[in-house]
Amino acid sequence: MELRGFKSRNATPGYIYFEGETEVKTPWDRFKRFSSRAVKGELFVGLWIVLREMLKFNIHTVQYPQEKLQMSPRYRAIHRLLRLFESGHERCIGCGLCEKICISNCIKMDTKVDEKSRKLVTEYSINFGRCIFCGYCAEVCPELAIVHGDDYEYASEQRAEFGFREDMLTPLDKFKANKQKEFPGFGALSKDADKFVKKTPLAY
Amino acid sequence: MIETALIIETVVKAVVVLSVVAGMGAFATFIERKVLAFMQRRLGPMYVGPYGLLQLAADGIKLFTKEDIIPQNTIKPIFIIAPVIAASSAFVAVAAVPYFPEFTVFGYTVHPIVSDINVGLLFVMGAASVGMYGPLLAGLSSANKWSLLGGARAVIQLLSFEVVSGLSILAPIMMMGTLSLIDMNDYQIGGVANWLIWKQPLAFVLFAIAGFAETNRTPFDLIEFEAEIVSGYATEYSGMRWGLFFIGEYANMITISVLVSIIFLGGYNDMWFIPGALAMLIKVSLWIFLFLWVRAAWPHIRPDQLMWLCWKVLMPLSLLNVLITGIVLV
Repeated sequence: MELRGFKSRNATPGYIYFEGETEVKTPWDRFKRFSSRAVKGELFVGLWIVLREMLKFNIHTVQYPQEKLQMSPRYRAIHRLLRLFESGHERCIGCGLCEKICISNCIKMDTKVDEKSRKLVTEYSINFGRCIFCGYCAEVCPELAIVHGDDYEYASEQRAEFGFREDMLTPLDKFKANKQKEFPGFGALSKDADKFVKKTPLAY
Repeated sequence: MIETALIIETVVKAVVVLSVVAGMGAFATFIERKVLAFMQRRLGPMYVGPYGLLQLAADGIKLFTKEDIIPQNTIKPIFIIAPVIAASSAFVAVAAVPYFPEFTVFGYTVHPIVSDINVGLLFVMGAASVGMYGPLLAGLSSANKWSLLGGARAVIQLLSFEVVSGLSILAPIMMMGTLSLIDMNDYQIGGVANWLIWKQPLAFVLFAIAGFAETNRTPFDLIEFEAEIVSGYATEYSGMRWGLFFIGEYANMITISVLVSIIFLGGYNDMWFIPGALAMLIKVSLWIFLFLWVRAAWPHIRPDQLMWLCWKVLMPLSLLNVLITGIVLV
């Protein structure tokens, strides 16, 4: 095997190495280069390719307001707050980790202890004018309560557009119609997450 | 009395030709956007009207109602008159071009040519070349370095392609012995086999290349090459003055297409079962499509490459062509 085989970090098969043009010294070389270029007809190859694309009529334009792209589940757009499946209560336990980890300081939450001495989230807001959609909040959330959805149309007339808890939380009627998908957005568990669950090692 | 009738007829023809060519030029801008878009897997204008057809009207309204800006330090009269020269010379050139075979309306025979002068080809080429004064004067008067470079490039372009287009057309003229475009058309009566392209293929290719250079179309559109000189001579122009340059360019495209069709591709003679007028329309449309097709596919060339191509390759070839034609004719 040549040395090049070891040096090659490009995994693409069929990679063509270009050694550079051969040096032209004599007028005969120059003539050969001229004639090969002239006979090759590369210009006509270009003409044929654009004509082929026109005849195929394989248009890639997305006519945006009428057509929309299907976003990937990994897409990080406007956050969504999920509910618990059995009771329909919010999943958020008010731990405040998302508020702490937020690197652009755009998450604000307010909590209190309710009459059953459980923590209750009273206010929750994300300043979307500041949010950089890094996804840390969704990653850090221990209850999978906040995830990123795929709603990417958040242009606003205000410089700072706030999203409040009511906007992001799954509406109750939608929840009852079973339309809250369990793990749809960024920060959620993958479908085969169960396979990766391990017993906590207690050997020490 | 006959004089008055002739004047009225000529005026009517001039108005018809002017409006039709201007309308076709405007429509060609729409077709150009669509064809370029399809070749690049896009859709082109889609929002104004069905399939974007009314985009033309929208552009026209925009151009006409835009503020007319004349920048500081420009040479005002020249700056104002340059686009007029570009557009009017293109339309003057159209005057001596025949489009269709003559036809009869209400017993009156109409010759679809504004003025049948016996040096038609010479007149058309000359008037079209005067159009280069438009970019040149615009570039010199704009007080802008991009414009100045564009004007300088217009001059080298003129000096390069004019020799080739003149010499390449010389061989067909020698064969046909006439400068009148109608006589050239009549020379090729009798089907596809009689087209001049079979007798003068080299002259056809050379004249086509020179035509691309003359209309500033893509491989040679170095006088308004965005990547190098912003917009060339048209950098400081806006609104309808800018629009006049482009009407002139598209009128020139149509003129060149008609010229090539008449001189080399059998003109408006009947083609198999296709009547002459329709054949002419098909040829001109195909030729305009070729202009757009080449724009989608090919890169620009540099000014020095243009001069190299015209003076060192095309001019010797056209001289050779003239020589061979002369020997064969003798």
